[in-house]
Amino acid sequence: MAASDMRYVDEFRDPEIITRTAEEIRRLAEPHRHYRIMEVCGGHTHAIYRFGLKDVLPANIELIHGPGCPVCVLPMGRIDDGLELGKQPNVMFTAFGDMMRVPGAHGSPLERKAAGMDVRIVYSPSDALKLARTNPDKHVMFFAIGFETTAPSTALTLMRARAEGIKNFSVFCNHVTIIPAIRAILDSPDMRLDAFIGPGHVSTVIGCRPYEWIARDEKKPIVVSGFEPLDLLQSVVMLLRQLREGKAVVENQYGRVVPWEGNRAALAAMAEVFQLRPYFEWRGLGFISQSALRIRDSYSAWDAEKIFDVAGVRVTDPKAAQCGEVLKGVLKPVQCKLFGRECTPERPVGALMVSSEGSCAAYYNYEHRKAAASKNDLAPV
Amino acid sequence: MCLAIPGKVVELIEGLSNQAVVEVTGVRRRVDLGLLQDDMPVPGDWVLIHVGFAMSKISEQGAEEQMRMLRMLGEDQAAMDEVRGYGLNGGE
Repeated sequence: MAASDMRYVDEFRDPEIITRTAEEIRRLAEPHRHYRIMEVCGGHTHAIYRFGLKDVLPANIELIHGPGCPVCVLPMGRIDDGLELGKQPNVMFTAFGDMMRVPGAHGSPLERKAAGMDVRIVYSPSDALKLARTNPDKHVMFFAIGFETTAPSTALTLMRARAEGIKNFSVFCNHVTIIPAIRAILDSPDMRLDAFIGPGHVSTVIGCRPYEWIARDEKKPIVVSGFEPLDLLQSVVMLLRQLREGKAVVENQYGRVVPWEGNRAALAAMAEVFQLRPYFEWRGLGFISQSALRIRDSYSAWDAEKIFDVAGVRVTDPKAAQCGEVLKGVLKPVQCKLFGRECTPERPVGALMVSSEGSCAAYYNYEHRKAAASKNDLAPV
Repeated sequence: MCLAIPGKVVELIEGLSNQAVVEVTGVRRRVDLGLLQDDMPVPGDWVLIHVGFAMSKISEQGAEEQMRMLRMLGEDQAAMDEVRGYGLNGGE
């Protein structure tokens, strides 16, 4: 297959390098082997669909979409818990825009807003703190989500709240960490993987060392990758080379952004404010020990879970939705019974259809729409 | 939320620790540099911004590539909405 099969080839900076890299992949992939490579990060999933990289790779290289979409892995019960706090008198519920359409058991934040709850979109946790400063008669609660990419920003915001003695601000903390999720996937009996494409922006914070056990103990190669088509293809080349040589090491393809040691200031802020929870529930993956962050007791005055009673709701996903199986890579999005029918980006049933980084939304927006369009092209005029 | 938005540091805000005015394709907003304390950017430097906080220093070329990447992913509008939203449209 030539790179000319790529859908958006004219946009690539250097189509010739893409072609050469694609050829190298075909040369390195042993024809009798089937490769299952997981891209951990939702941003990579989005890019892979957008650039049609599946069409460039030989058929025996399968990309499995990982758990790295923070909106997608949040169990519905946490959304309901957060919204329940938002119903308390005088509370202003703030969250990133990505959260607003995520359905809880009794509606999404946006639907609650329409029903009269004080719900505000913020683009930064520091803006939630600013709302607390300018609304002293309100209690501003920030619904925090994200991996290590956003957790340091929440940490710095809490440090500032404490330094300024702002009393009417709290964080409902749902920050999760990527390493235990990778471990859970490797421990899962129905999952067989050969290698990993490591997350790009999470790694700017945590660096590359936390992945070393994946190579050393699990004997799986992992390459931290950038997001451009060429980055992703080069990462596949690096993985295939390791697999061919029987090696398993951590490599950094995204060195132009990711320092090997990570971001020390960001890690220090996280260590100051957060500690690991004994366990946390992930959608699709169940309870994973030490996989999420809670706010340290020294910051408990700003911890929504300490200030308010949190019910600790557990909600099972709608029965027909198979978000869990898709999230683990056991099912492809299109294999879910609701995909493209009851569940669409316009009317999402599950979180994987909400976020542009969710594999269902990515699949829908690029593969499903394309298939629908080509069907229309063939229709007799 | 997971967007990494490239911006150029225009000026450090005096009297406010680690705050800077950063420009993203013509839009200027306040961004927090607190996570880059170990290697503090100066005006003219380029940074990658996540949820209002600069998370890494990048080259000018890296910034251009990232903006083009956001355009290709159809996320450039969302990125600009996010940047405009920093500071709750106050821009201060």
